[in-house]
Amino acid sequence: MKVAKRTFDAVIVGAGGAGMRAAVTLAESGLKTAVISKVFPTRSHTVAAQGGVSASLGNSEPDHWTWHMYDTVKGSDWLGDQDAIEFMCKQAPQVVVELEHYGMPFDRLDNGKIYQRPFGGHMSNFGEKPVRRACAAADRTGHAMLHALYQRNVRANTQFFVEWLALDLLRAPDGRVLGVLAMEMETGEITAFQAKATLFATGGAGRIYYSSTNAFVNTGDGVGMAARAGVPLEDMEFWQFHPTGVAGAGVLITEGVRGEGGILRNSDGERFMERYAPNAKDLASRDVVSRAMVTEINEGRGCGPNKDYVLLDITHLDPATIMQRLPGIHEIAIQFAGVDPIKAPIPVVPTCHYQMGGIPTNYHGEVVVDGASVAGFYAAGECACASVHGANRLGTNSLLDLLVFGKSSGESMVEFIRKEPAALQEIPQSEIDKSLARVDRLNTQTNGADVHETRLSMQRTMQNHAGVFRFKDMLQQGVDKILDIEKQVAQTEIKDKSQVWNTARIEALELDNLIEVAKATIISANARTESRGAHVRDDAPDTPEHPNGRDDANWLKHSLWHREGNRLDYKPVKLQPLTVESIALKTRAY
Amino acid sequence: MTTEHIARTVQFKIYRYDPDKDAAPYMQDISVQLEATDRKLLDAIVRLKTKDDSLSFRRSCREGVCGSDAMNINGKNGLACLTDVDSLAQPITLRPLPGLPVIRDLIVDMTQFFKQYHSIKPYVVNNTPPPERERLQSPEEREELNGLYECILCACCSTACPSFWWNPDKFVGPAGLLAAYRFIADTRDEETNERLDNLEDPYRLFRCHTIMNCVDVCPKSLNPTKAIGKIKELMLSRAV
Repeated sequence: MKVAKRTFDAVIVGAGGAGMRAAVTLAESGLKTAVISKVFPTRSHTVAAQGGVSASLGNSEPDHWTWHMYDTVKGSDWLGDQDAIEFMCKQAPQVVVELEHYGMPFDRLDNGKIYQRPFGGHMSNFGEKPVRRACAAADRTGHAMLHALYQRNVRANTQFFVEWLALDLLRAPDGRVLGVLAMEMETGEITAFQAKATLFATGGAGRIYYSSTNAFVNTGDGVGMAARAGVPLEDMEFWQFHPTGVAGAGVLITEGVRGEGGILRNSDGERFMERYAPNAKDLASRDVVSRAMVTEINEGRGCGPNKDYVLLDITHLDPATIMQRLPGIHEIAIQFAGVDPIKAPIPVVPTCHYQMGGIPTNYHGEVVVDGASVAGFYAAGECACASVHGANRLGTNSLLDLLVFGKSSGESMVEFIRKEPAALQEIPQSEIDKSLARVDRLNTQTNGADVHETRLSMQRTMQNHAGVFRFKDMLQQGVDKILDIEKQVAQTEIKDKSQVWNTARIEALELDNLIEVAKATIISANARTESRGAHVRDDAPDTPEHPNGRDDANWLKHSLWHREGNRLDYKPVKLQPLTVESIALKTRAY
Repeated sequence: MTTEHIARTVQFKIYRYDPDKDAAPYMQDISVQLEATDRKLLDAIVRLKTKDDSLSFRRSCREGVCGSDAMNINGKNGLACLTDVDSLAQPITLRPLPGLPVIRDLIVDMTQFFKQYHSIKPYVVNNTPPPERERLQSPEEREELNGLYECILCACCSTACPSFWWNPDKFVGPAGLLAAYRFIADTRDEETNERLDNLEDPYRLFRCHTIMNCVDVCPKSLNPTKAIGKIKELMLSRAV
């Protein structure tokens, strides 16, 4: 079938922080840029980030990008690529200052500089003591950032295609990326967006889990599209469980609460983090805190009638500080936990929050497969794996990732587009037909699987089989279950056949993407027989030979899951930074 | 600790319209059995959608920061994700936001709303070459942006405003005017005069008759009327 075609210099899929930061660079350089987003840009999930964006500005006390780099490498449990980490930490002050110049309403210190707060794993002098590095706009940093980036794009006249769902990546026979096929939600019409350079900035896929801080829209669309187009996915076994999701609701409570002095307590009222991380305590890395919480609950020291959560206590803080620095949390606690945090502690549990893995890229944002960049294809933000977060991301490094790699991919694209010939290659009809077939199937499928039920069984399987702690038997069973569920996903049926704003169809198409992420996750996790960062399994315990269960001799390498045949292969971690000395392997303790 | 709910049945009356198959909009009576974990109106309509997948509405963050799920709930605009379902009288009547064209069911065409937002130049204008580091701003100056920058562009306010209903093409509306004042109030912005010129018009600003529906419905407890008052004050003091 013929579809309408639009051509651009650059197409960006996703209008969160990464996509919009790249769009600023592209639009301001005068290139014809389209940004496709399934939601109005300010509704992208960057909006929900709370605590801050890290940069060693040193506004309150001495700080240095090399300390930030050390913390990030340590936080990643040495799985992060040190060239990309150096690049990100070094760029941080500049991209944060640029954002301030765009109009971002950061909180201020008395001297007029940007306010910075402590955060988990942020330390001075190579791990010595907590440092104020998280640049914050109250506890609405993501909201303030996303709006500032949208506003800058309004100024730059960026062309947005709002409420369009990207369906599939379009590739030439030689592998070059030619653009995407996308559907306008309002009309159901499908258009090919062809461009010299295509950026995926589609965010994470936290909705593969049952309990997630993520928005409904976080369905891993870019990751799924990349997998279907033959691009392997890197380090997908590593998922961050944020320590403080509101029990029962999943809504995020920022680590900034602990940065401002909040304390986690068990049913004895004990500040249990003192036992797990004597130095950093409540501000240890997220994986460490989440495991400590689950251990407390498993050992019977959870709170509430079912002893299934712990308490986040800020009742000792000055109410004025809470209202000034944590107003959003005050609101969330009342709305979703039913408690006023000034008077009573908030029930919290570790909740799926962030995808460390993704589409493999280098620090220029170029997608890299088999050691070579894929011509015309870029990825940035949570959908990408640069890899700066490795096996565990530090709080506030996600917003930094968006800015740094949104910008660097934008710059790489400008350079690439300027060198490209004017004429565009023909899009192979087979590429378009393959994608249209997914939509057509939904129009005709009968006696199929219910989208909601199928998604729910995937989410429950991922929750039970690949959670905070992982078990050998459960992982293997989880692989079998997910591969079974995949068969149902291929036969989902929707009752709604309308062409106009058909959300049933959108959810079915999103499930096609989620299942790719779920497969990549559980298959990669099952194969990695060590414990590292957020991936901790019972058969790789803490031993003198393998402290924390980490096995560098066999597993200091990135996983690459290939959709074709569910094949795994591996590539080495880049231990060599760009200009400084490598941060040597060490046992991780906080 | 957390309020315990039980499984219960809730009655709805929902505005339905699919231009692909309906000659005209109609109100649908429908009930749904809620689970104990369904606390918010959004939980309830997501549950409802598992029964009838054709029910269309926008939603994303489910925590009141993305601004997607604004709708008219028992006659008042609000966010489904911040409304306790058990606090609502039944049948719970849901309609799309008033005053904007309906695309389908609870989904409205927000073009006009965003057009007005864009018309106030929603970005900091500062033509002085930026310093190498951040532009400085005192905590007190920054404080002026509180109550302004938090807007989530959900359109609850503008679509509750009679002045916006009558003149959506000419009156900027409470959301756009709140944003206009957010940039006027920002010490880093150098275009206060141009911004005031841009609003000096019988409609753009002055159609606000302080009915204050905007304040009443804002799910973020913001006060557009106050911001509009401040803009009017600035215009007055400029004229003197």
